Amino acid sequence: MITKMTHASVLVLDQASARDFYTNKLGFKIVTDVPMGPNDNWLTVAAPGQPGLEIVLAPVTRSMFSKETSEALAELIKKGTFGVAVFTCDDIFATYEEMKAKGVEFTKAPVKEFYGTEAIFKDDSGNWFSLAQLN
Amino acid sequence: MLNQPYPKMYLYRRLVQAKLFIDAHYAEAIDLDIIADEAWFSKFHFIKLFKSIYSKTPHQYLTYVRVEKSMELLNMAMPVSEVCYAVGFESLSSFSGLFKRVVGITPSAYLAQQQQLKAQIQKAPLTFIPGCFAESYGWMKK
Repeated sequence: MITKMTHASVLVLDQASARDFYTNKLGFKIVTDVPMGPNDNWLTVAAPGQPGLEIVLAPVTRSMFSKETSEALAELIKKGTFGVAVFTCDDIFATYEEMKAKGVEFTKAPVKEFYGTEAIFKDDSGNWFSLAQLN
Repeated sequence: MLNQPYPKMYLYRRLVQAKLFIDAHYAEAIDLDIIADEAWFSKFHFIKLFKSIYSKTPHQYLTYVRVEKSMELLNMAMPVSEVCYAVGFESLSSFSGLFKRVVGITPSAYLAQQQQLKAQIQKAPLTFIPGCFAESYGWMKK
């Protein structure tokens, strides 16, 4: 029986830029940082309250994809095709204001839903995430 | 809905600015009275509101940021004596004592631990990466 998730990948356009975004703008911590080649690290980050779930910041240019696939994926990411995850916080208005002050782009301001209050933001690549304060 | 105000928006913005001020100036001798003044709150009101949002008083948060930053600098192999002053502590003994209380080991032990980890990563990088990922990325040695 599956018990928990430990790693989840987020495809990013530029790993160095993503490192800055996820640590300095979202406040995530670097868990593992292993240089594996020019401009390519095995780089994982985690939300401060959930160190056991590592988010793998995987550059879309990585060799597992053909050039054609990589370019197609990059275009889709930039367009905001992929909604990746829901992050939760204790106080959505404080978190929303802080992220906005740091330059994070929100496509939806906090709105009251039946399960809590939710906003939507994009990372520096174009992936979108829900930010929620649950009831 | 975007750009429309929500209840107490002005209050949130002031508190967030105060937090960001601490984030940016943690290495300096921060006077909480000045931050409270800048946020247009009385000191008592400021501490109460700050704690209600961040679950820490401004002083506790400042200490937390300093310890977090000191860990980042130690990760970069900066000597303990330099880290202490770089993050705003005034004496090595107060820094070491506080660091040990929060992290569980002394700054010197933490530095040594990080150096050892880096050496292990350099020696055997694939032992830090789940095999399924390493294989799909073409990193496994044939």
